[in-house]
Amino acid sequence: MLWSLQSRENIFQRALYGSAFLVVAILILFFLTLLFKSFSAVWSNGWGFFTGVVWDPLAGVYGAFPLLLGTLLTSALSLLLSLPFALSIALFLGEFFRKGLFSAALRSSIELLAGIPSVVYGFWALFILVPLIRRLEILLGVVPLGVGVLAAVLVLAIMIIPYAAALSAEVIKLVPQDIREAAYSLGATRYEVIRRVIMPYARSGFFAGILLALGRALGETMAVTMVIGNATKMPSSLFDTGNTMASLIANELAEATDPLYVASLTQVGLLLFGVSALISLAGKYIVRKYSVEI
Amino acid sequence: MAILSIQNLCVSFQENMAVKNVSMDITEKKVTAIMGPSGCGKTTVLRSINRLHELSAHARVAGRVILRGEDLYALDAMLVRRRIGMVFQRPNPFPTMSIYDNVAAGYLLNGLRLDRRELDALVESSLRAAALWDEVKDSLRKRGTFLSGGQQQRLCIARALALRPEIMLLDEPTSALDPKAAASIEELIVRLKDSVTILLVTHNIAQASRVSDFTAFMYLGELVEFGLSAKMFTAPGDKRTEEYLTGKFG
Ligand SMILES: Nc1ncnc2c1ncn2[C@@H]1O[C@H](COP(=O)(O)OP(=O)(O)OP(=O)(O)O)[C@@H](O)[C@H]1O
Ligand SMILES: [Mg+2]
Repeated sequence: MLWSLQSRENIFQRALYGSAFLVVAILILFFLTLLFKSFSAVWSNGWGFFTGVVWDPLAGVYGAFPLLLGTLLTSALSLLLSLPFALSIALFLGEFFRKGLFSAALRSSIELLAGIPSVVYGFWALFILVPLIRRLEILLGVVPLGVGVLAAVLVLAIMIIPYAAALSAEVIKLVPQDIREAAYSLGATRYEVIRRVIMPYARSGFFAGILLALGRALGETMAVTMVIGNATKMPSSLFDTGNTMASLIANELAEATDPLYVASLTQVGLLLFGVSALISLAGKYIVRKYSVEI
Repeated sequence: MAILSIQNLCVSFQENMAVKNVSMDITEKKVTAIMGPSGCGKTTVLRSINRLHELSAHARVAGRVILRGEDLYALDAMLVRRRIGMVFQRPNPFPTMSIYDNVAAGYLLNGLRLDRRELDALVESSLRAAALWDEVKDSLRKRGTFLSGGQQQRLCIARALALRPEIMLLDEPTSALDPKAAASIEELIVRLKDSVTILLVTHNIAQASRVSDFTAFMYLGELVEFGLSAKMFTAPGDKRTEEYLTGKFG
């Protein structure tokens, strides 16, 4: 009896080790295949891949800097734009109205928004957002393209809000009730409690939420492809067209026939992989540094 | 003349009436202990004195609480809480703040401006009053959560004292502590009553008899008996009090 319990325990443990190992193996293999497939491009593009601003497959010139810039720019701007909204919703759900009809309605709306496939967002942006931007561009006297970096930033921001808000609301709820009460018992107002007790406590959690949102923005493909204009060049302004790494790969992989072209696209994939990994590692470090020890 | 007068206090949570028609007068600069079995409404009474119940939507408070002749519920809740400090059952220093900031929290939180020297002096005197200064004076910049449980509780006492409250509400301040830490808090309570009125909730009969001048005994939400501790512990007037004191229930 004892022996069989022991062996069951062993099997369980081995299964755990096995699946953990599998995940690590997949990650490494994934990285290696990307590296292997893009090797010829890494070799022939050299540093020009990172610094070049011209992406011209016909001429065999592959400079990915505009893509890197496009990805970082759209992600960062959309994040910045969504933060105030996400934080307000999070405070609303996590602190002010934890229960009740309105809170439940808001919560379900957020879950629904988070669940909408990105192609639908892209569709909506194309039909609603792009014409609005075009009208704005006419007003401002710039070329009325409609599509472009601004459209991509706006649709990304809208897509990000539910993620960042839902996670931050959970983080706010995790703030122990007894330290809230301690603050109130000292005569603090609600605003003061939020600002000086809840926010500092939840800081690292917010950061984790932001990071998740950023990861989503970096990799978002469909909605961005539909509205950014897909022009691999340095955007001259927010109203100009541009491109991102994910969007470029989605658009061009099907038509790429030249081996160096395919390899260069894979290299873009590798770069995207690297950027995401870097941001998530940096984020982990910051979360650890600012989390509250209890 | 009583500093605090509780008159016909009733508190209910939805259907559940937790405190039923409690009246008592609290004498200034004395220790008043509230005893009674678990769930009899002791914490609820304390929390209606500093109006902490207003944080939960389903608590209903009826009756009056008079602080120095003024109806507490007609004043601003934030100002009332600054005049009436509270120490909770479990030590709850702010985990994101240093020891120094924890003591100064009442000022930092409320945005009350004090210059550096005043604040330094205030932090020192509050920590001294809470008998914690000697232990932490070299680590004021460290997080408060690094302290031991007993030190954390004294830090919370210092935090409450820093606002110079007229009344301190202590809700079983020693129940989460070991006997030695508990003894040092008891000593502290006795010392503090020279300057502040103390309301002490406790399960510990011996503790109540050691530190209190007056004792209230509550049972099932009602105030069964209230009077001088010396009398209550030697000749209780009510049969239920006597049974509680002799350990028949609770
Ligand atoms: N926030 C609340 N919501 C609902 N019911 C509550 C709340 N706080 C207290 N009660 C109820 O009020 C009654 C009295 O609780 P209270 O905490 O005052 O007891 P207590 O005497 O302090 O007990 P203990 O010695 O265990 O701390 C209990 O029946 C409890 O369930
Ligand atoms: Mg209690």
